[in-house]
Amino acid sequence: MRVAVVVFPGSNCELDAVHALSLLGAEPELVFHRETDLSGADGIVLPGGFAHGDYLRTGAIARFSPVMAEVERHAANGTPVLGICNGFQILTEAGLLPGALVANRDLRFICRPVHVRVESTDSVLTRNAEVGSVLRIPLNSYEGNYVVDTPGLDELEASGGVVLRYSDRHGAVEPETNPNGSTRSIAGITNTSGNVAGLMPHPERAIEEILGSTDGRVLLESFVASMERAPT
Amino acid sequence: MRVMRRPGIADPEGTTTARALNDLGFTEVTGVHFGRDIVVDVEADDASAGHDRVVEMCEKLLANPVIEDYVVERIP
Repeated sequence: MRVAVVVFPGSNCELDAVHALSLLGAEPELVFHRETDLSGADGIVLPGGFAHGDYLRTGAIARFSPVMAEVERHAANGTPVLGICNGFQILTEAGLLPGALVANRDLRFICRPVHVRVESTDSVLTRNAEVGSVLRIPLNSYEGNYVVDTPGLDELEASGGVVLRYSDRHGAVEPETNPNGSTRSIAGITNTSGNVAGLMPHPERAIEEILGSTDGRVLLESFVASMERAPT
Repeated sequence: MRVMRRPGIADPEGTTTARALNDLGFTEVTGVHFGRDIVVDVEADDASAGHDRVVEMCEKLLANPVIEDYVVERIP
């Protein structure tokens, strides 16, 4: 299963993503953002970082990188597409996922492990997970505060689009377990087809014991398993 | 153009600054809103045509309609 891991100028988590995906049996391939043909890809990952320096808004300029037309085409065809952190921000700017990410509630860069609760398994990110299970995964962002207007939020909740919420270690979702002020503690979402997903925490940094947690595996395993089933 | 956060969308910078002003005794402050001024140099046949193009730029790139509103004005 070939995964295109897109490298924008300013991406910095692409090698972590490649390492994690290789470990899980996929064949990741780094693809520069100027690439205009991803026809051989069974899946696409937009990794974390600061694409185009985060100038204007996070993801705003990356969204118009030449590769994005291919990402949009694949997304429409049902190919699994995953945005991690900055990749999530790019997917919202591109309109492939609803809402937007703004500065954290307390205006501080957050770099620590957080707990997230799995809310739905109808996505390429959570297919192999269990609803209600709690994962400990690093969060590493300044603009991680998920916002969406009220109709958009209602639609997202009604369609099962919320796949991960920040919680405590037991899975309780409270205002004090919300690290960055995200609307309804949303940490990860999917589109209505379930093939495009984005999350702020970094599952690729929680895949081996040496990293302190292996809880990210189930999410990336879900993604790899989804590629095996998706149309190409 | 001036790009502003839409009402109802979280503006942590504004909220924090409003709280600080309240703490300093400016108790009449009920809200602070941060925006961004962007100046674009444009060649156009007339002001109206230039204005329309800048609106297009806002819609496509310079503002995110999911979270932001914008106003365009001409600087002589």
